[in-house]
Amino acid sequence: MSHYALTLHELAAKLSRREISSVEVTESVFGRIAATDERLHSYLALCRESALQEARQADERLKSGGDCPPLTGVPVALKDIFITRNVPTTCASKILGNFVPPYDGTAVRKIKESGAVILGKTNMDEFAMGSSTENSAFVVTRNPWDTERVPGGSSGGSASAVAADQCIAALGTDTGGSIRQPAACCGIVGLKPTYGRVSRYGVIAFASSLDQVGPMTKDVTDCALMLEAVAGKDPCDSTSVDVPVPAYASQLHGGVKGLRLGMPKEYFIPGIQAEVEKSVKDAIRLLEKNGVEVVEVSLPHSEYAVAVYYIIATAEASSNLARYDGMKYGYRAPAKDLTETYMRTRQEGFGPEVKRRIMLGTYALSAGYYDAYYLKAQKVRTLIKRDFEAAFRKCDVIITPTTPTTAFKIGEKTQDPLQMYLSDIFTISVNLAGLPGLSLPCGFDGNGLPIGMQIIGKHFDEATILRVAYAYEQATEWHKRKPKL
Amino acid sequence: MKITREEVRRVALLARLQLTPEEEELLTGQLDAILSYMETLDRPDTEKVEPLAHAVDLVNAFREDRVVHEPQAEELLANAPAKENSFFKVPKIIE
Repeated sequence: MSHYALTLHELAAKLSRREISSVEVTESVFGRIAATDERLHSYLALCRESALQEARQADERLKSGGDCPPLTGVPVALKDIFITRNVPTTCASKILGNFVPPYDGTAVRKIKESGAVILGKTNMDEFAMGSSTENSAFVVTRNPWDTERVPGGSSGGSASAVAADQCIAALGTDTGGSIRQPAACCGIVGLKPTYGRVSRYGVIAFASSLDQVGPMTKDVTDCALMLEAVAGKDPCDSTSVDVPVPAYASQLHGGVKGLRLGMPKEYFIPGIQAEVEKSVKDAIRLLEKNGVEVVEVSLPHSEYAVAVYYIIATAEASSNLARYDGMKYGYRAPAKDLTETYMRTRQEGFGPEVKRRIMLGTYALSAGYYDAYYLKAQKVRTLIKRDFEAAFRKCDVIITPTTPTTAFKIGEKTQDPLQMYLSDIFTISVNLAGLPGLSLPCGFDGNGLPIGMQIIGKHFDEATILRVAYAYEQATEWHKRKPKL
Repeated sequence: MKITREEVRRVALLARLQLTPEEEELLTGQLDAILSYMETLDRPDTEKVEPLAHAVDLVNAFREDRVVHEPQAEELLANAPAKENSFFKVPKIIE
């Protein structure tokens, strides 16, 4: 097997036994990128020189014996939303111009301190706004399973890079499904942790009450290792929470006997692709054979989630994106006075979806409409959160499809924003309630496209989600299938 | 009709977004469709429901007031669209 195809935990074991070097693996991954990225366009920027330098340092460390941090020498990709010192960071937007950050965000700092080798920055929907990575200002990323289809979004570049072995693991962000939905579309594991589990410092802000950083990996064990590396309280993010970070990877083997698994009836509805529904139900039956107790639960306000989300997320975005004014960094359009500078800079710098969301959010917050839209949405958000509180009194985890369909065709939904928004229908509530949710592969449809199932847990109970996901993964082979490239 | 072209212009000015006439027309239709969809929120009874701003309970976070290393002025200015000496250069604000 080629080095690039290794999982993180396989690679870490080989590195620590000195069977291979980090430089060899890093070269192997860059070779894979060179051979495949002209077709896939997962990456916006590569850091070949600094990566090889980091790999050499990792090899020195490994050679000297002693304690090495857990990701020492492991090549990792970062979504281009992460502020990364001395590496161009665009958020897939023209408005950031030639911005080169003078610091590392906390997740990047922690992943580096864990010893990881940074390969480069992956493509995404501009400002993480989208479900297909078609909203990148630079390039459209393609799904490694079928290059006529989208990889999902907004972390589509990270998802396709993991699926195509163009990295060992990746980091993404998730505001309404942006880790889980592309993970499902590309047949990988993706976890959105509890709101507050991972610091948002140095993550370019989209909707601050919803945004969360998380791992995108080849299997569940890798996901646990990556989460351990980035989780924890950070004084630079006052919304990060001081809850101890368990050793997730060492708690995977507990089995699922006696756990109660909730099946929300509102998530198995007409309109979802038959093969998706069947695969998820088969997965639930398999877990039942392994000892979980299946209970029906109800999340009656689910039907309002998309409407609530697109008011709250756009309202927060319109406020967050006010900072792109062409004054201190990024692009500035030539104009005759201050107001015209603002207006032209933002006209030329933002793409159509970002403008649409800024308009929607500004409208929802503007005088006379605040109560009807923003306040109303916040109240229904309370009802959605209460639904989950009630459901979790009856069960330990909830299982749903991650997406209503497998990956759609490039261009299929770009003309109808509302249809695009509805592809996040099963992931959005989790962000509104601040819960952790993981997607993992649970089958393939007739076109050979991966299907994802979502496991939702209680606040800060990522360990149970990972345990269920691991038990399922051990009983199946889906995660071992690779796209032909 | 939830939204008119006039209103799209008003909101665009609030958001400091210059729109072309084509963008104005497209956005009027699209925002109208999206805002009509939002009407589903009129259905649930929320009269006695408190609004939720954050899903995880937050308390005010205090920190010690001490000096930490931040990026230096030259590093920050390196990203400026226009600068003069150690200052950001911006369009004139007062005539």
